[in-house]
Amino acid sequence: MPDATTRTIEIECFRYDPETDAKPRFQRYQVPFTDDMSVLQGLQYIKDHLDGSLTFRWSCRMAICGSCGKMINGVPQLSCHSFLRDYYPRRVRVEPLNHFPVIRDLVIDQSGFLDHLETVKPYLIPKEEQPLAAGPQRQTPLQMDRYYQYSQCINCLLCYSACPQFGLNPDFTGPAALALLHRYNADSRDQGWSARREVTNAEEGVWSCTLVGYCSEVCPKGVDPAHAINQNKVNSTLDYFGILKFLLPRGDAK
Amino acid sequence: MNIIKSDIVVVGGGGAGLRAALAAHQSDPGLSISLISKVVPMRSHTVAAEGGSAGVIRDEDSLDKHFDDTVSGGDWLCDQDAVQYFVEHCTEEMIQLEHWGCPWSRQDDGRVNVRFFGGMTVQRTWFAADKSGFHILHTLFQTSLKYPAIRRYDEFFVADLLVEDGRVRGVLAIEIATGAFFLFDCKTVILCTGGAARVYSQNTNAGIVTGEGMGMAYRHGVALRDMEFVQYHPTALAGTGILITEGCRGEGAILTNRHGYRYLQDYGLGPLDPWPRPKAMELGPRDRLSQAFWHEDQKGNTIETSQGRVVNLDLRHLGAQKIHERLPLITEVARTFVGIDPVTQPIPVRPAAHYTMGGIACNRWTETALPGLYAAGECSSVGIHGANRLGSNSLAEIVVFGRVAGERAAAYARELPDGDSRSIRQQAEESASRLLALLECQSGERVATLRDELGASMETGIGIFREDSGMRATCDTLAGLRARYRAGIKLDDRSRAFNTEWLSAIELGFMLEVAEAMAHSAVQRQESRGAHVRLDAYQTRDDDRYLTHSLARYSGDGPPTIDYAPVTITRSSPQTRHYGGAGQRAELT
Repeated sequence: MPDATTRTIEIECFRYDPETDAKPRFQRYQVPFTDDMSVLQGLQYIKDHLDGSLTFRWSCRMAICGSCGKMINGVPQLSCHSFLRDYYPRRVRVEPLNHFPVIRDLVIDQSGFLDHLETVKPYLIPKEEQPLAAGPQRQTPLQMDRYYQYSQCINCLLCYSACPQFGLNPDFTGPAALALLHRYNADSRDQGWSARREVTNAEEGVWSCTLVGYCSEVCPKGVDPAHAINQNKVNSTLDYFGILKFLLPRGDAK
Repeated sequence: MNIIKSDIVVVGGGGAGLRAALAAHQSDPGLSISLISKVVPMRSHTVAAEGGSAGVIRDEDSLDKHFDDTVSGGDWLCDQDAVQYFVEHCTEEMIQLEHWGCPWSRQDDGRVNVRFFGGMTVQRTWFAADKSGFHILHTLFQTSLKYPAIRRYDEFFVADLLVEDGRVRGVLAIEIATGAFFLFDCKTVILCTGGAARVYSQNTNAGIVTGEGMGMAYRHGVALRDMEFVQYHPTALAGTGILITEGCRGEGAILTNRHGYRYLQDYGLGPLDPWPRPKAMELGPRDRLSQAFWHEDQKGNTIETSQGRVVNLDLRHLGAQKIHERLPLITEVARTFVGIDPVTQPIPVRPAAHYTMGGIACNRWTETALPGLYAAGECSSVGIHGANRLGSNSLAEIVVFGRVAGERAAAYARELPDGDSRSIRQQAEESASRLLALLECQSGERVATLRDELGASMETGIGIFREDSGMRATCDTLAGLRARYRAGIKLDDRSRAFNTEWLSAIELGFMLEVAEAMAHSAVQRQESRGAHVRLDAYQTRDDDRYLTHSLARYSGDGPPTIDYAPVTITRSSPQTRHYGGAGQRAELT
């Protein structure tokens, strides 16, 4: 169990209020902490006791809801999943996720991501709708392995913050959405590859990725979006030459 | 005031809200649907559910067994017509989720696998590793993207219901990003706003689980039913309250005290062998396990840590492979938050407030007493949980009754002509000025001060065990907190854009009232049943006087009035709840 001793750390927060601030500023707070406290708990301490105007998103506290991503000392991380003890005695600097417009303080505008997510058709597109009476479809653990890792994405957007290409071009569909595209393409129950083909092959699709791989490094869930994108570059190339459909085991391209 | 017109408003984008919106759309694609949520739907608290969802699928299982486990688990306070409907429709909803892509864990031959949960006669819990809620929520959210007719209003905070001529005709919401008010003019509202366990200081819930859906319905005269029944989950991390799923015990984990002794055998859940067997020892129901912890703690058998006293949840004998395959989230959570690898060390756990069995009173068709208002999921009391919810019935509930609510609301909206929005406009303006007054208040206490006192008082008075004096003290504390709240909350933040301090103050108002409904319902129930267990003169169940639902009704600034309504009993008359005892060893799949 963690040490219960209280120490004090300095947290430096990015501040921006569109109603009053012409430009962003930084504000420092002295925060008492124990070894088990996350950066999120540090921010909550500030909000509850020092400055109720500090604004940030959070919800589950256990790294599954994807709300609380921030730049922490320049690295995109979930604030509930990073700990003040790891920064002490140095100051910890908290900023909004890179590459997104800032609404206020640490809160970014995530609507662009939601638009990208919608374009990849992130839902099963079966050959034909099954009646419920048909029961569950079979899917072996081996078939699940093909997509399971990509289904772990919590949409926390750390990978977009890590991606230099998304920083240059917000129209890039981006790592998480492309990983989810692959999640459905790789599912044995799905026949939607061709419906997703356009967004895969587009300039803003897989080909915008320059294989930096930082997205996979910062992913808190081991999704490896870079690998998903690379897989689809191969598929996209084979598709271009019209040979993909001959290589794949089923009727539709996979 | 911005005005948005639609046929159906769904408040809440968790599992129940998404399922309701999908069902409403599929039953009538011509209807316009607004799905309003204070967070982007995939952030909703459904995401944190771990263990899984009930649905009869094994040959040796039956609907009757699911019915009996649910009704006895609920200590006979369940409405049996609702339970019957529920058990008949769980499995088809699990299949529906499978058809929509939910990655349920599988057996080697590709069939869906199921696991044990506490209080279950047969393995019945469909699971997606230990991220079942996460996968259900993302499956529903991503599927909803297929239907542009479901218009989403993400990060809109619904603050009030608008009622005209005795019917609900809209909601007032704040667009969080700008602080602007929106009137959603509609024919019917489905509340899917989740529970209220954040009123306790040690809880497993996300920060958003603040009960305002319950509070809104309550303020508009709808009763909150069975609010005294709050479930303590027996295994949460000390300090943070982060949930360690019952799925651990379903896979064979054991609970030991500081002597390494499996203490549950001393509390009517033994004998130890043969192990594992259904409904015995660690596979007992949640209320019994949380109560056993309390007794062990009284006896000095718990383990002292910097975060408080704990017992050990030991998974080590399951082996690394099974732990990593079946319980990956728990492994990660234990490593991150307590620095423990469950493969080599037991996880320190204690009970924490987890689930509100009660909620907005509605019938089995999710209809409340206010025409046009429906409720589904944890915010509702549809009658299936009784005095203690059976693990894995809540994820099933959100989809079974989410669908019912969507279909019923669609049928209702189809029949109803457009209303005249003038009077709801005026109501919305009045409600908005009250909310703005909160923002402009110049003096008073901090949100956190009142919220922390609320949480501590609920833990002390309305906890795992209760007695008259403690419950009365909490009732008094809550009355005092409400008076202080009315006297003023001082906000540091006076901006309109993304003012989360303002929203917390609004939430706090609802939390205090919902907590008061819990406390007064508790003090007036003079018996022990399910999760409501008293240490004073009322230590046993009293079916003559209290085989009855409590109904808390709002009465302005004063405490709620409590009255009672009969429980629907169709075929299972109250018996002694029986756990432990002799039984066959079960094979875990």
